Amino acid sequence: MGKKAGFVEGARYMVLAGNPNVGKSALFNALTGLYADVSNFPGTTVNMCHGRLGKDIIIDTPGIYGISSFTAEEELAAGLILSSHLVINVIDAAHLERDLFLTLHLIDCGVPMLIALNMVDEADLCGLPVDHGLLEDLLGVPVVPTVAVEKKGIIQLVERLPEARPGKIEELLKKRLERLAGLYDISRGEALLLLEGDLPVAEKLGVVPGMERHDLYRHRRERANMIAASVIREETRVDNLASLLGRLTIRPLTGIPILLVVLGAIYLLVGVFFAQTVVQFTEGIIMQGYYEPLVKKLLSGYIDPASPLGVILSGQFGLLTMSVTYLFGLLAPLVLGFFLVISTLEDTGYLPRIAILVDRSVSPLGLNGLAVIPIILGFGCVTMASITTRLLHSDRERLIAIFLLALAVPCSAQLALVTAVLAGLGPYYLILFILIILSVMVAAGTVLSRFLPGHSTPLLVDLPPLRLPRLKNVLTKALIRSWDFIKEAFPIFLGGALFLSLLKVTGLLYLLQTLMEPLTVGWLDLPRESAYAFIMGFIRRDFGTAGLLSLPLQPEQQFVALVTLTLFVPCIASVMVIFKERGWRQAIIIWPVILVIAFIVGGTVARLFDLLGGIPGVNKPVVLIGLLLLLLAGLLVLKGRERPV
Amino acid sequence: MTLDSVKRGQRVKILSIPDDMIRTQAIRFGIAEGAVVTCREIVPAGPVVISLHNQEIAIGRKLAKNIMVEAVVSSPEKALPDKIE
Repeated sequence: MGKKAGFVEGARYMVLAGNPNVGKSALFNALTGLYADVSNFPGTTVNMCHGRLGKDIIIDTPGIYGISSFTAEEELAAGLILSSHLVINVIDAAHLERDLFLTLHLIDCGVPMLIALNMVDEADLCGLPVDHGLLEDLLGVPVVPTVAVEKKGIIQLVERLPEARPGKIEELLKKRLERLAGLYDISRGEALLLLEGDLPVAEKLGVVPGMERHDLYRHRRERANMIAASVIREETRVDNLASLLGRLTIRPLTGIPILLVVLGAIYLLVGVFFAQTVVQFTEGIIMQGYYEPLVKKLLSGYIDPASPLGVILSGQFGLLTMSVTYLFGLLAPLVLGFFLVISTLEDTGYLPRIAILVDRSVSPLGLNGLAVIPIILGFGCVTMASITTRLLHSDRERLIAIFLLALAVPCSAQLALVTAVLAGLGPYYLILFILIILSVMVAAGTVLSRFLPGHSTPLLVDLPPLRLPRLKNVLTKALIRSWDFIKEAFPIFLGGALFLSLLKVTGLLYLLQTLMEPLTVGWLDLPRESAYAFIMGFIRRDFGTAGLLSLPLQPEQQFVALVTLTLFVPCIASVMVIFKERGWRQAIIIWPVILVIAFIVGGTVARLFDLLGGIPGVNKPVVLIGLLLLLLAGLLVLKGRERPV
Repeated sequence: MTLDSVKRGQRVKILSIPDDMIRTQAIRFGIAEGAVVTCREIVPAGPVVISLHNQEIAIGRKLAKNIMVEAVVSSPEKALPDKIE
């Protein structure tokens, strides 16, 4: 979502730097008028955004807790900070102690800077008002109180930009750094990183990294605490409703019911309101009632509907009929619904609390609770969620999370169609579907966790406060993301539909259907026409699922096809992200493995339905639910025995 | 004693954090060895949530097992010994 800004002679590069979730993106929006994704959890700024302020260029960076190269994001941010003309350090007034560590780190690096003391309203509410004048004296750089989301203090901040300067550093450290910088001909910031044992800097210079990280960090932490203690004017810890609610969300006794209520509310909003009420209107009445007949009528004046061109434009996979109807009538409202939900969840700060609640349950998958965040975001868009796996701490966890996302997490478009199909099949199939997908996910995670080398990192995460989301931000974010989705999906949809129509017109579709018969008819018990749903599934699995709706299938067949398609690789875009994030060596394995798993699971379900068909009067989904639960219980008992007490 | 055995509401002083990377990360969050923190929440078999002033941090159970702490009796005390000029 990064906006390009051209280079102007004499322009200064200004970098926004700060801890995660302190309002950098909101400040970026206020300063530049551009939109950067604002959320209430770490890791939103995965792509850099740049914008303009006058002739200067402002760059928004990913949130960091210090300057170092422990993760790729930190390395990126550190590079930008050390090469910028000026740093605007954004700090959260309500979490001054935590944030001052980075501030002092920046000051030690010697970059010209000023401070946006953000969220001063929240600090006052928490009973932690900050004396910003004193803070300015202690740090030696300008400090401007702001409330970025309300655009307060922005003008004052811009006015004081020329006053930006390096802050007060301890003389002893300064002398050491300057000597080191002179010795290797590097900047003071790089000298500091070298002392702190930063590997990229040491490698660049071809010297042994320094060993003083721990002492320097500890000392800096002590200074940060001292400064925080002296500028916070009074400390009357207010236990407000948000902190009480925040606590209730992580106690299992209250947290699990709250989670269930939230999930139920999401289902009612997206699965019932958007997927049924809204779609009936947009797809049923607007598109199929008015739009398609109109297009067909207009076209019939010029083109024979049975001619190749007629088929391509308005046939079964018509570019002007089916593609447009599915995209705007069906997917657009559903995707908007999902993004509204996900944007709201992000802004409340509830997601990290779910991470705490489930930390224990996901550890057998080789993940810690934090991995739940990309997984939940995956229900919005698997492609974007795959990028957010960067917030996980080890490569092993990132690989597991990406694999699970691609295999078993249906994105909003897919989920919407799944909901639509399942709504017609009844509650037993719904439960069975959830159980199967969950089991596949658990099984895949467990196997990966057992066979991948290395260890997963323990959970260590700072909790954002629960906040009431701002309606405007939620709406803007949901609309922008939906629009991005439509922009990305539209050409792929058109291309896919054109491809299918061409296959049909040339007779190749018939040939492919015959070729795939052993798989579709023999293994999955589906009609041969279902082949085109799978072909479409390669392009976008939701498009494949949409294709199912138009086939005359028995409930069982619909279910088998649904399970297989849900486990399919999500879409071309997500495959490209997998290639980008994991490299082609891993991606080239991940992709076919997922396809094989999808067909094995789908086929097994079909075989079981077949077997149960021999017994008269049996409710097949209920029996399967029972079997699956029995199997899971058995595994749990086995696992319980295995574990040393 | 270790951090996983504290009770909700108890104030403890962090004595040692095992792993170098974890210690670095904890220092940045605001929790150094020597810091006095309050246990806010302890999820059964799950993470421990501790707080320091307004900052809340969740620590996975396995990690908490390796963090040595000692109970602090008197409560109105600043987080770290003041020893800087």
